[in-house]
Amino acid sequence: MLRPMFRLVPDNTRIRFMKRKFAGIYVSAFLSTISAIMFFYPGLHLGIDFSGGIIMELRTPAAADFGAIRGALSQAGIATQGVQRFGDDAQVAIRMPAQPTEAATQQTVTKVRQALEKEIPGIRLMRTDAVGATVSGELFHDGMLALGISLLMILTYIWFRFEWQFAVGAVATLVLDLTKAVGFLALTRLEFDLVMVAAILTVLGFSTNDKVVVYDRVRENLRKYKTMPLRELIELSINETLNRTIGTSGTVFLAALPLALFGGASIAHFAWMMLFGIVVGTSSSIFIAATILLVLGENRLRRDTSAPPKDGAPATP
Amino acid sequence: MMYFTRLKTAVILGVCLLGVILCIPNLMPAPANWLPWRYVHLGLDLRGGSYLLLEVDMRTVLKDKLESLMDGVRQSLRGTTSANAIFYSGLAARPDLNQVRFQLRDPARLPDALAALKPVIGTPAPGAPAEVEVTSTPEGAVTLTLSPTALRDRATAAIQQSIEIVRRRIDASGVVDPLIARQGDSRIVVQLPGIEDPNRIKELIGRTAKMTFRLVDTSVTNLDGQAPAGVDILPLEGPGNQRIAVRRRIDVDGGDLRDARAGTNPQTGEWVVNFSFNSVGARRFADITRANVGRPFAIVLDDKVISAPRINEPITGGSGQISGAFTAAAANDLAVLLRAGALPAPLTVVEERSVGPELGADAIRAGAISLIVGFLLVAAFMGIFYGLFGWIANLAMFINLFLMLAVLSLMEATMTLPGMAGILLTLGVAVDANILINERIREETHNGRAPLQALEAGFSRAFNTIFDSNATGLLSHVMLFYFGAGPVRGFAITTTVGIITTMFTNWLLTRLMIAKWYAWRRPRELPV
Repeated sequence: MLRPMFRLVPDNTRIRFMKRKFAGIYVSAFLSTISAIMFFYPGLHLGIDFSGGIIMELRTPAAADFGAIRGALSQAGIATQGVQRFGDDAQVAIRMPAQPTEAATQQTVTKVRQALEKEIPGIRLMRTDAVGATVSGELFHDGMLALGISLLMILTYIWFRFEWQFAVGAVATLVLDLTKAVGFLALTRLEFDLVMVAAILTVLGFSTNDKVVVYDRVRENLRKYKTMPLRELIELSINETLNRTIGTSGTVFLAALPLALFGGASIAHFAWMMLFGIVVGTSSSIFIAATILLVLGENRLRRDTSAPPKDGAPATP
Repeated sequence: MMYFTRLKTAVILGVCLLGVILCIPNLMPAPANWLPWRYVHLGLDLRGGSYLLLEVDMRTVLKDKLESLMDGVRQSLRGTTSANAIFYSGLAARPDLNQVRFQLRDPARLPDALAALKPVIGTPAPGAPAEVEVTSTPEGAVTLTLSPTALRDRATAAIQQSIEIVRRRIDASGVVDPLIARQGDSRIVVQLPGIEDPNRIKELIGRTAKMTFRLVDTSVTNLDGQAPAGVDILPLEGPGNQRIAVRRRIDVDGGDLRDARAGTNPQTGEWVVNFSFNSVGARRFADITRANVGRPFAIVLDDKVISAPRINEPITGGSGQISGAFTAAAANDLAVLLRAGALPAPLTVVEERSVGPELGADAIRAGAISLIVGFLLVAAFMGIFYGLFGWIANLAMFINLFLMLAVLSLMEATMTLPGMAGILLTLGVAVDANILINERIREETHNGRAPLQALEAGFSRAFNTIFDSNATGLLSHVMLFYFGAGPVRGFAITTTVGIITTMFTNWLLTRLMIAKWYAWRRPRELPV
């Protein structure tokens, strides 16, 4: 009980992460490019926070009769974007597009309620979300602003705390992470809404943490091993922090997992994004962020790389 | 690093104890009134209820303001006698420019006109800019422009007045614990816990409820054509599409009402609304009714005539009755609206989110299950991979849970489902610092340091890293709080609070526990 039962990664690993330093970047860039394409086609599935519109969740007394529901709605002259099963058999989600005016949105909500209550006695409305066009525009704007400013503040913070190469490396990696998150959204058709922005921001914050830890070690080793070539020094730093990187990712992953499995429909998309982001963020901390640092800092962070290396490894210019 | 004075130990343990105590109000109602009983409120997504975002129609506010400015112009240029009246033409409002314009018939009377307009414009307080700016041309064209400050003041007044009236209407409707607050320049947030179907409330707050008493113009016979000057043709409430001509001049205003109550007419048994005027309204009502016995007058609500009874005798008591085939609920609602007063401008619902109580209960259950399972998974992970120090971290994480809840209670924060997710994620991230410290201690031990030195070095070296990683996390969550809305804010709050309490538990509590353990066991090697 007192001693650790296992180690995540054996101590004193010497994995040569920088051996094929560009392989990671190529893979990452490839995935990000595909993600960028998917952003335009098929595009993101906007939640009503951002697109405006109405979502109503119903619970019917018996298993839902979709034909009856669709019939009742079309009879009332209501255009829907989808009537779907939601959760179990008796739960139905109806989505309707944004109406031209706020008043029309309100009327639609009332009309749907009346039409369904008449058609299916005992039906209960579990949830109604109606977002008008003005508000959805503002929410989208604010969400994007939160994302943009956060990225900028992270850049500024790392720039102040480290040399600029670190900041550029971190933010470039974050942008690669971000594009993959977008690709994940487009691929899975998870709803992109305010909660999703929160998930993405959390993932970015988490990913930054990871990078900061590796960079901290690089900076410390730069002072400690004055003569070690940068390539080797970065490899050493990654290896030294490997247990921590994987350990922390593991705990956050374990914390997010039950949310995805038991958290219910309104939070599950948030949790899946977290899980995806943790995997991407962790691998980018190991394979991408440090590589960018190596490329940017090759001749700058270490002035005397020509000095003979201590342990006889070939020095890289 | 690894030495704590008695005082410091007491303070750290005291904070933990306080945290646990501060969580108690969440479990039980206040035993006594004098106790400061602060607890975390459940968001609407967890307890069920409706959230409405209302927008005050600022164009109407502006239009009304210009309208009253035009009225002022008319009155002041009319003069006291027909001899000193000033004639003009083309009096019109330009809402796009915040202006009222007119043209004097005789440009020579411009100085007289400007002098007469003085009371309309009013005298600004010393140092303050004028509310209305008057410009004129030698040809006699006069322009009155509302200053931006005046507009802003008017908008602020309108929204404050709207909030007050919405509050009165909702309070009267019997909703428990409503929250009504201003948001931005022209919006009002209304939260109605426990209200699953906000339709009745929406109807109640969606009506302007501008009540006026005016005389019916019986001389107008063509009710479908163009209304003559000074007359409005308005629909009459009730079966059929009857219309009725009423004078535009408002004799008594709903603002002069003192009270309105629903009741039944003892003779007919039908529902009516009994009202009474304040002294000003009563006097005016008495004058009007005295002068117009035998003629009908109209009770107009939001451009609809509710009823148009005949004045049988002068009504001097200052009270009256509105009858109009009401149901009990309709009479009650009308009484509420009249008591609460008229909105300065129409309100529109721009966002609505309603959650039924069942769904809220589901969400609480889902959140609680996730929280428990997540906590156990993380704790097992730490125990397996970090042994004793992992268990110490788990204990700190458990106390962290209480501390977070304590701070959130003190803030009387609102817990939402994303907020619960935030707590869970914070726990996952919280052990990060422990992992960092443990890895450091382990490294230092491998480098051949003695246990105490390894602990010292582990804590002090890990601090920079912990600080950096928490600072970046804090930045993005503060942004999220600032720009986020609704449930997402709950997430931002819990994670922000979580980062701060985590710093405490990791940096002080864990270190204290390890130091005490070390002082107790004096191990020759560390279990890392």
